[in-house]
Amino acid sequence: MLTDITLGQYFPGHSFLHKLDPRAKLVATMIFIVAIFFADSFEANVIVGVFVIFSLLLSRLPFKLILKSLKPLWIIIVFTMGIHIFTTPGNIVWECSFFHITDEGLARGGLMTARLVFLIVFSSLLTYTTSPIVLTDGIEHLLNPFRRFGVPAHELAMMMTIALRFIPTLLEETDRIMKAQTARGANFTSGSLIQRGRNMIPLLVPLFVSAFRRADDLATAMEARCYRGGMNRTRMTDLSYTYRDGVAMAGVIIITAVLAWMRWLA
Amino acid sequence: MSITLTDVSYTYGIGTPFEKTALRDVNLEIRTGEFVGIIGHTGSGKSTLIQHLNGLLRPTTGTVMVDGVDVAQKSKEVMAMRHKVGMVFQYPEHQLFEETIAKDIAFGPHNLGLSEEVIAERVKEAMEFVGLDYDTFAERSPFRLSGGQMRRVAIAGVIAMHPDYLILDEPSAGLDPRGREEIFSGILKWHKDKGITVILVSHNMDDISRMADRLIVLADSRIILDGPPLDIFETRQDMLRQAGVGVPPVTEVLQYLKGRGLSICDKVRTVDEAVQYVYDGIRGDSHAH
Repeated sequence: MLTDITLGQYFPGHSFLHKLDPRAKLVATMIFIVAIFFADSFEANVIVGVFVIFSLLLSRLPFKLILKSLKPLWIIIVFTMGIHIFTTPGNIVWECSFFHITDEGLARGGLMTARLVFLIVFSSLLTYTTSPIVLTDGIEHLLNPFRRFGVPAHELAMMMTIALRFIPTLLEETDRIMKAQTARGANFTSGSLIQRGRNMIPLLVPLFVSAFRRADDLATAMEARCYRGGMNRTRMTDLSYTYRDGVAMAGVIIITAVLAWMRWLA
Repeated sequence: MSITLTDVSYTYGIGTPFEKTALRDVNLEIRTGEFVGIIGHTGSGKSTLIQHLNGLLRPTTGTVMVDGVDVAQKSKEVMAMRHKVGMVFQYPEHQLFEETIAKDIAFGPHNLGLSEEVIAERVKEAMEFVGLDYDTFAERSPFRLSGGQMRRVAIAGVIAMHPDYLILDEPSAGLDPRGREEIFSGILKWHKDKGITVILVSHNMDDISRMADRLIVLADSRIILDGPPLDIFETRQDMLRQAGVGVPPVTEVLQYLKGRGLSICDKVRTVDEAVQYVYDGIRGDSHAH
């Protein structure tokens, strides 16, 4: 049940996208997300859509997984679409009391929805194809130049790594405590909202206790191994760019250039 | 009255790359009044198996019936069934949450909807069962106890529900010998006096051979052996070794002596018995000379 959460979860594989360097992937994703906002015409959105689908095929992820990542956000998607459809002024196509739908509204609604879906799918591709540890490694490298301005790059990355590392552990722990309390007759699924909130106490108290215990243990273990932050630390695996990263970056930059051209120059 | 598993298989994470089958075609009947020991190597499916016995996991295929109630259903009967099957998980001390020990033990009985007087009585009885003095400990915080004491509070919390079936997953892990002895002697007494069914999961062959009258050995998600422990130790050592569990140390010693030519009985449960057998064996030998 708790392990069904897929948004932002790594899905192991050996595709082109999986093998990309995390730094390249991060930068390319950021550039493409900006590019998505350049696309304001129908044609431009087709280009974006084709590129997103192309990347999807490259990742060789099951299509079902992508749909699953959209599921928790469908309310936002429908809401955005609704707002645009009902509030954009223009030629009225349909009217009912003070509700009215305009053709501009339909167009904008469709555009915004497409944009949102592309955004979610493309950014979830990043987390689906990159393991969290590799991803934070990439972030650390990208932040490194900002260290001279006081950005604690290594510390931030370490915090993220630790947080990510403990998500599955804590989920497992939650599952275990839930089962243990269920076996003692606890009920987590029915009752009024207040009742349900109170029923969470037998779950939350042990969970907090164990989270603090784990944090304490981890700090001790790190200290015992003489951990002292980012000073001159070497790493087990060094990141390195390959031809793939060049190809991917070139692809994204060309698409972005085309989209920018369509918006401002064409 | 029994717990019956028919062709039960269970797979974790269906449809993901992490898919893993933890149980395959398990058929099992646990009858009332038995003391069943379940043993198996890490990852052999023990924990998955016991979570089926009170419906915490629903089988992917097959059926689990507890006293005639199918656990896969979602009904009041299943909730009631759950109360009959008490479950002590591994490291149960991690589930404590109340301000006082007495309140924590009362959590289960409270969920049963018992009256305050009955609950108070059960709390007292359960604390006595695990060897914690009521007057000293009842009003203390469970988080201020030692690990072994916390374990006992957690076990008391399940005992206080008066289950017909008591499932214990590695209850002695991390306890000192005395704490272990206290918990096990209590459980054995309950088993004998009240006739409750005990299902004990353990890595420790010694514990199982001493207490269980039926042994189930799991390996690679299947039940490979099922029978009286002493018979299994005598005839199926090879399979036990293959499963990575081996025979209890006492049995091992006696089997070694027997192998070296001492006429001795190797069907032994406790060290005291073993001492007696060795004594008899040597005396018998010297008389023969």
